[in-house]
Amino acid sequence: MSEAMALLAIFTLAIFVGFEVVSKVSSTLHTPLMSGANAIHGIILVGAIIVASHSDPGLELWLSVIAIVLATINLVGGFIVTDRMLEMFKGKKKQLGEKA
Amino acid sequence: MNRTLYDLIGLLAAVLFILALKGLSSPKSARRGNLLGALGAFIATVTVFFYADPEYSLPLENLEWILGAIAVGTLIGAPAARKVQMTQMPQMVALFNGVGGGAAALVAIVEYIKLGESAKFAVVLAAVFTVVIGCISFSGSIVTFLKLQEIMTTRPVIFPAGRFVIAATLLSIFIVSGWVINSSGTSPLLILAGLSLLFGILFVLPVGGADVPIIISLLNAFTGLTVAASGYVLNSTLLIVAGTLVGASGTILTRLMAEAMGRSLFGTLFGAFTAKAQASSETGEERPVKSGSPEDVAILLNYARRVVIVPGFGLAVAQAQHTVREMADLLSAKGIEVAYGIHPVAGRMPGHMNVLLAEANVPYEQLVEMDEINPTFPQTDVALVIGANDVVNPAAKTSPGAPIYGMPILDVQQAGNIIFLKRSMRPGFAGIENELLYDPKTTLLFGDAKASLTKVVSALKTL
Repeated sequence: MSEAMALLAIFTLAIFVGFEVVSKVSSTLHTPLMSGANAIHGIILVGAIIVASHSDPGLELWLSVIAIVLATINLVGGFIVTDRMLEMFKGKKKQLGEKA
Repeated sequence: MNRTLYDLIGLLAAVLFILALKGLSSPKSARRGNLLGALGAFIATVTVFFYADPEYSLPLENLEWILGAIAVGTLIGAPAARKVQMTQMPQMVALFNGVGGGAAALVAIVEYIKLGESAKFAVVLAAVFTVVIGCISFSGSIVTFLKLQEIMTTRPVIFPAGRFVIAATLLSIFIVSGWVINSSGTSPLLILAGLSLLFGILFVLPVGGADVPIIISLLNAFTGLTVAASGYVLNSTLLIVAGTLVGASGTILTRLMAEAMGRSLFGTLFGAFTAKAQASSETGEERPVKSGSPEDVAILLNYARRVVIVPGFGLAVAQAQHTVREMADLLSAKGIEVAYGIHPVAGRMPGHMNVLLAEANVPYEQLVEMDEINPTFPQTDVALVIGANDVVNPAAKTSPGAPIYGMPILDVQQAGNIIFLKRSMRPGFAGIENELLYDPKTTLLFGDAKASLTKVVSALKTL
């Protein structure tokens, strides 16, 4: 299998995994799930670092540095804000436990 | 570090992302899922510093720039995420998504400049795709942020010949893409980026407030796909898997959200092309409404046996969650049965209201979902609607022309009395007149939700 075909196969399989893992989600979790998925695509940070390490000084490097800043905001901010949301759900469950 | 080990660690990170999404789909494992995702991201990011392509050597070039940029990004992102109020969280997510799309577009632009003449067709295509969709996601997310933050109007923005402008922009994107693919040059690519930014703005402007969450979710899926495409350009399996996962799950999530809101995904997506000026129907003639004082409201509540509180975004904006809980506690102490009727899309996004009320320590068992609370409205003496409008608007059932037609609603019109706490007669987020406001059973109390509730609470205490 050529490299391009292998990547295509990975892409196709990942689509199915993506469909499968979220197919039955209650509406209560839509917001945190979206937020968590949002944080995951912040992994473009890895791509930005690779590109920056190959960049020539000047425009290229500036663009990659901006890309790293933006990607870090996405990644770090995304996971923190999702955790804050989910923290509240945990508090709720604890209360339920106390009442029961 | 050799390539095999590097790829294996990448695979581990990809598996952690899959487990993260799986965990996030169930309330019990959600928090752990998110932490697994963060762990995967951390591992992958650290690893990248210990591997160099054959023609390069370690440490990575421009290392000080890279580390500095990560520090700046963390110093911006972490405090923003920590300090943002839960009410403003949807726009925060939109903003994070936008910057992610912007980052992907920039990565593709730099990579395109480096590719030069020898690049394979498929790689160039993937780079162009990343630039186009990344830019659309960036500018579109900024507009959704401005809408949700109410810096700009939440109504659909429709301008004359708007759909022709949008169609023309889209067409130019295709033409310029072809140009970029055929002739390698930086300026055509920058023109393409500019056009895509413009399209992102034009695409989101005609979207009405109520549909904005669906658009955020969609743009989130878009950003995922751009990350996957940039992974193809950079030959990184991790980026392909992570991006595709988000793209695929985001698409499903967008559809689920659209279903929960009774919206057609197609209508939302192509609203930009089909939008007609319908704003005129909202002006309406002056009609009499019954408005009451906080004391009137207190009396109605005091002599009820069962009260259902319907919280909406207005409650959250006024930061009145705590005051409403105080009032509910007071009513419970008087032996009145209190429940909260939670519409699936109360707030700005599905599940948003549950988060907000949980923050105010409202007992979990008082939060009742729509399907369970609806049959109880005929036995309810008072339905207290606080800062909600669209989710109780009977137009969703009765007028097929309304933008919210088909959305399931809370049947508050079956309650004995209806009290609306509103800031003004302004229609809700979706911009539709609510017939219920003119119902003889309805009492309106105008003002900021928190101020009104505080007055109701003190009136209740004197009764």
